[in-house]
Amino acid sequence: MDGTSTPAEGHTHPTPALYLRIAVVLFVLTALEVGAYEVARRESPAGLAAIVVPLIVPILLVLSAGKFALVAMFYMHLKQDSKIFSGLFVFPLLLAAVIIVALVALFSVVHLVP
Amino acid sequence: MSHADAHAMHPPTATGLDTRKLAIWTFIGSECLFFASLISTYLVYKGKSLVGPLPHDASQCMLDGRMQQCEGVFEIPLVTFGTAVLLFSSYFVVKALSGAQRGNRKQLIGWLSATVVGGLFFVGMQVYEFYHFFHKGLGYTTNVFSASFYTLTGFHGTHVTLGVIWLSTVLVLAIRGKLPPEKALNLELAALYWHFVDVVWIVIFPVVYLMK
Amino acid sequence: MATSAREHAHAPAPSKTGLWSWLTTVDHKRIGILYGASAFIFFLIGGLEALLIRWQLRIPENNFLSAEAYNQLFTMHGTTMVFLAVMPLSAMLFNYLIPLMIGARDVAFPRLNAFSYWVFILGGLFMNASFLFNAAPDAGWFGYANLTSKQYSPGMNVDFWVIGLQILGVASLAAAVNFFVTIINLRAPGMKLMRMPMFVWMSMITQVLLLLAFPVITVALVFLLTDRMFGTGFYIPAQGGDPILWQHLFWIFGHPEVYILILPPFGIVSEILPVFSRKPLFGYAAMVFSGAFIAFLGFGVWSHHMFSTGLGPIADSVFSLTTMLIAIPTGVKIFNWIGTLWGGSLQMKTPLYYALGFIALFVIGGLSGVMHASPPADLQQTDTYFVVAHFHYVLFGGAIFAMVGGAFYWWPKMFGYMLREGLGKVQFWIMFIAMNLTFFPMHYAGLHGMPRRTYTYVAGLGLDWLNLVETIGSLGLAVAFTLFMVNIFVSFRGRKANPAPADPWNGATLEWSIPSPPQEFNFPEIPTVEGRDPLWTAKRKHGGPLPEPKRVDGSNIHLPNPSYWPLVTAIGMSIMLIGFMAGGLPVNLIGVAILFFGAFRWAFEPTG
Repeated sequence: MDGTSTPAEGHTHPTPALYLRIAVVLFVLTALEVGAYEVARRESPAGLAAIVVPLIVPILLVLSAGKFALVAMFYMHLKQDSKIFSGLFVFPLLLAAVIIVALVALFSVVHLVP
Repeated sequence: MSHADAHAMHPPTATGLDTRKLAIWTFIGSECLFFASLISTYLVYKGKSLVGPLPHDASQCMLDGRMQQCEGVFEIPLVTFGTAVLLFSSYFVVKALSGAQRGNRKQLIGWLSATVVGGLFFVGMQVYEFYHFFHKGLGYTTNVFSASFYTLTGFHGTHVTLGVIWLSTVLVLAIRGKLPPEKALNLELAALYWHFVDVVWIVIFPVVYLMK
Repeated sequence: MATSAREHAHAPAPSKTGLWSWLTTVDHKRIGILYGASAFIFFLIGGLEALLIRWQLRIPENNFLSAEAYNQLFTMHGTTMVFLAVMPLSAMLFNYLIPLMIGARDVAFPRLNAFSYWVFILGGLFMNASFLFNAAPDAGWFGYANLTSKQYSPGMNVDFWVIGLQILGVASLAAAVNFFVTIINLRAPGMKLMRMPMFVWMSMITQVLLLLAFPVITVALVFLLTDRMFGTGFYIPAQGGDPILWQHLFWIFGHPEVYILILPPFGIVSEILPVFSRKPLFGYAAMVFSGAFIAFLGFGVWSHHMFSTGLGPIADSVFSLTTMLIAIPTGVKIFNWIGTLWGGSLQMKTPLYYALGFIALFVIGGLSGVMHASPPADLQQTDTYFVVAHFHYVLFGGAIFAMVGGAFYWWPKMFGYMLREGLGKVQFWIMFIAMNLTFFPMHYAGLHGMPRRTYTYVAGLGLDWLNLVETIGSLGLAVAFTLFMVNIFVSFRGRKANPAPADPWNGATLEWSIPSPPQEFNFPEIPTVEGRDPLWTAKRKHGGPLPEPKRVDGSNIHLPNPSYWPLVTAIGMSIMLIGFMAGGLPVNLIGVAILFFGAFRWAFEPTG
């Protein structure tokens, strides 16, 4: 066995406090997501809602991406682990994102049902 | 499916990385495309349903044998609760792994049990949600929303279930004292899979439930 | 299921011969031979299907086959050749050669490797069992919706296809994880990535394509399965679905799939050409990067299969452009192969014949392929025999020629005796001429408007003699492969007189440094690699051919135990999926139970 995958010594490991902080941040970001959703679905948008409504999709995507990155980097140890693992995850992830965007675009532009 | 003692049979690896860990990451990379296809389909069929019920908006739907006005089916508070539990279970398994690596058996067993309970709770939430939706008139074949929604979240739920089974197996080993620090990798692999299932939900939750 | 090994009293006794040893083998070389033998049989079945198709089309308005039988035959011909012949022939070479070429004792997960094979063979047998029910798949290898819907295909035909492909997909994904990890992690000391043999490079890129493309077809097939079994409407317009979604998902998988078919043959040719030109591969780095670039672009071109669906000018332009771009790295490869030959001292042995045939025929197929990249041209060519001509030039002229060349090249290593050179060259010429007779006239038939997948045609359209020539050509191909089997038989009979040395071709790669066939542990000592073409370096240092390596006693070398759990797990998985078609939920659950039982016993089995 090799040193890179058994960081039992814990020298490069984030502290337990950091893990807990991340859990809290994840929770807060989730709350923000739901909050944005609740604000955006109000009947007559005014004030904050008027700003949130047109931006709801980007807001949700950014919050979700933030949560995703936190889990991947810290809980899945990609930040301190080998770059090979990051590559194995990030490349398919980008491809997946491109395919989702491409399919949505292809269907919304061309197959628009009148 | 990995090898119980892959590392013991081979000389030090070419990259210095553990072979099983490399395999689980490769598998996770492949799974990204699996869920991308399911999510794409859900998005492509957004707004294409011919009858209700719909996720958020009221619509005409067949319920109790007659067409009637139906509410949107989503129950955001319920799913938010399930989401939070799944997120925290990711934190629990991090704690369990750190216990396993330090040889702290109490920490390992405690947090790993909590992870399993969290996973079971999420699956239970999903079963309840499906049951609930079904009684609101949303069968599997009702419309393209229901078909793509149930397939996407159902496959995610299957992944969670498999994760629970895997983690439970590791938990049994831990309780029997067969997960010493030098074998913590056995938990780390399950944990990586578990976190992946979690990040998939991090995408599904806003994209499916919160975007109108 | 990763857990520590529990001590078992009854570790299976390692037996070296007999049926049981083959059912429980985890040796990559034996699994490779299993893959090769199975794939060759499927190849013969697929070839027979092609001959029946050609016999039907030899004259206009022929009644040899009914339209239904014809549909089943062309569907099974395509499905068999893609999934049961060319892919597993590649898998044979991955299995046999990757560990030998990178200097490893086995693949990363030997039992997973056995599992892949068992799943593959069960899927192949299941798919072909459809003939017994007179219900072979009949909606084309591409299975376009809504031909495949319950409404238009009420029989079991499409069920066999969906479930068969789903089973085969599991085999491919499991194998892809295994080989990818093997190549990354099990390279011998000094075998840096940029020192790997080109076949290993192309194999690695193929695994990446498999890993990223197969999940997409898995999902597409799940939708088709639920449409047919449970009544969802993913591809059914009356329920709000869209048949075009199938085409998108299928081709997001399908285009990378064609590179999955052709990249390993690229690798084979890149091994054969340098050895028989007596000089290193020209432009090694360019070969690596062009291969990677082809694979990368392969994910961005899928809609060129769908120009006729009316994607609109923007999508048409984008996909046309990306498709044309692929011609660049492919051209780079062809120039590099020619550059390898240029100025080399050519040894005109049988493998080189096939490699040269590959280059010539692949160029023709590549040129007709790039024509489809232009939407206006494609709209004329799509669904005609022009397209059939194109992909048979790349898949038969390309992949099959390279595979046969590879068979002649590695046969001595795998079985310890040489194939007859003379017979091999006669086979080459018959195959080369017959291949062109069969497929070249299809260009003309296609441009004259002859549609694909139609069981007959009327006389007097100028298609009669073209089709007759094609049928004569296809009989020639049958003769060529009969000759190949004769060659195997004759060479086997005379194997004592014609044993293969360790290094019959003056090879450059590590597999030629060990006896033919290799011993179970491959390398008595793991080699250390100091550059590309390690064996040539060793011979140069030695000042001539190396002494014949001796067979050594390897009883002290630790090898994984044989195991039957992969087979049990594979059976469980297949039953689970077949339950969707026959027996329903109870059968699904029995399959799941066997699957879990097998997987747990596997995970807790001592690995030796």
